[in-house]
Amino acid sequence: MNHSISLTVNGARRDFVLDDPRVTLLDLLRERLHLTGTKKGCDRGQCGACTILVDGKRINSCLALAISHDGADILTIEGVARGDQLHPVQAAFIAHDGFQCGFCTPGQIMSAIGMMQEAQAGNDPERIRECMSGNLCRCGAYAGIVDAVLDAQGQMDESSQRRSA
Amino acid sequence: MKPFDYVRPASVAAAVAAAAQPGAVFLAAGTNLLDLMKGGVSRPDRLVDVTHLDGLDQIETLGDGSLRIGALVSNADLAHDAEFARSYPAVAEALLSGASAQLRNAATVGGNLLQRTRCAYFYDTASRCNKREPGSGCDARDGENRGHAVLGWTESCIATHPSDFCVPLVALDAMVEIEGRGGRREVALDQLHRLPGDTPERDSVLEPGDLIVAVRLPPAARGFAAHARYLKVRERTSYAFAVVSAAAALRIESGMIVEARLALGGVAAKPWRARAAEDVLKNVSPTADAFQEAAWRALTDAKPSGDNAFKIELARRIVVRALTLAAAGTPARIPALPASPFAATSGADHA
Repeated sequence: MNHSISLTVNGARRDFVLDDPRVTLLDLLRERLHLTGTKKGCDRGQCGACTILVDGKRINSCLALAISHDGADILTIEGVARGDQLHPVQAAFIAHDGFQCGFCTPGQIMSAIGMMQEAQAGNDPERIRECMSGNLCRCGAYAGIVDAVLDAQGQMDESSQRRSA
Repeated sequence: MKPFDYVRPASVAAAVAAAAQPGAVFLAAGTNLLDLMKGGVSRPDRLVDVTHLDGLDQIETLGDGSLRIGALVSNADLAHDAEFARSYPAVAEALLSGASAQLRNAATVGGNLLQRTRCAYFYDTASRCNKREPGSGCDARDGENRGHAVLGWTESCIATHPSDFCVPLVALDAMVEIEGRGGRREVALDQLHRLPGDTPERDSVLEPGDLIVAVRLPPAARGFAAHARYLKVRERTSYAFAVVSAAAALRIESGMIVEARLALGGVAAKPWRARAAEDVLKNVSPTADAFQEAAWRALTDAKPSGDNAFKIELARRIVVRALTLAAAGTPARIPALPASPFAATSGADHA
């Protein structure tokens, strides 16, 4: 039986017909939309490489059935920059060497963006490490990742202060 | 993953009817179920998606002072609800010590209660497992079992229940509201999960079609807010299941404990309420001796199921530590490393 769903992906509405309900959001993004920035690492919710924002919240897209998310608003790594202008978190990962091989990086960046919106960690490195523990980096770039997140958090705090001033 | 039918009922009654069919299971966030299905451990014929049902995602205070938490509230939304964290701090800390931020954003209250064990032999379809394949045997019994149960286990199964959330909930007398084929009923959380006996394939007392619609905390549960902690020993500081955990909650008046609540996680097939330990903490001063006595009582019936005798001593020590921290007072803010015994603490020496 076919199932029709529609999603908003990086601001654009997309309609799908699913001939099999087993499709995860991760596979839909990669195989149907060719948005391959979202990575399939473990495919079992353990590594965080597939992290995306769904309705503003970070989740593991490998453990989410697409069919159950009909109507959802999805943001992937492809949707965070504005043209050539990188998202502050992306720029900070470059500035602080927050990666080595880069495989986990889209998930790390999406997780960091989601974490900042959750506003639980602030600029406390220990809370950032805890709040980012769902993203593994086999290269061990954690020190650079924490520095990048701290820097981006600081920049975004400053710019929100400027806006409110 | 085995093919399955997908249905999305429009009402709780329709969901119950759809899930009462043989081979049907409920789908909420699916953070545990999809993992089990990908591994061939769970092979349902039909998924009944309850995520779109109305009215199951509310947190509400009832007229008598109880708190009713809808089954579809996410773990993160509950833990980050400021009023909830103030009133039930050990529950919020337990939630934040579980899984990762991504999983907590998705995983639901009802799903947390019904998650399956993380016993590696249950997950490995090449192994014998009485919980997965009744009557096949238990490879954990003579296998890698240092993480397995020390209370309530039988020769047929030595698996543990992995939830953190359930541990303080059971200490606070949480009730579970269930909609089933016979209508609405309530079960104490302490009675929801089953010990294995010789039927470990049945994790809980739920019948086909039964849907958890809410978890309720009684009015008295708020009385422990000033002295409540959850402590969890893991093999890494974050994003790991408990080796052993403890929820301790005290009501202290004029320097005396008037009521104590204590429950253990990671030690049995259910969240383990330690009532005998609570009894010795009634109307006594919160002293190290009293806490040692309580810890001893809590583990009186414990016995190793394999290479895990260390968990009994570890559990005693974590009980003493959790009680000591609870007596010192609930911290104003949940620590940076929730429930971690390695977090900076005030006034508590290692037991």
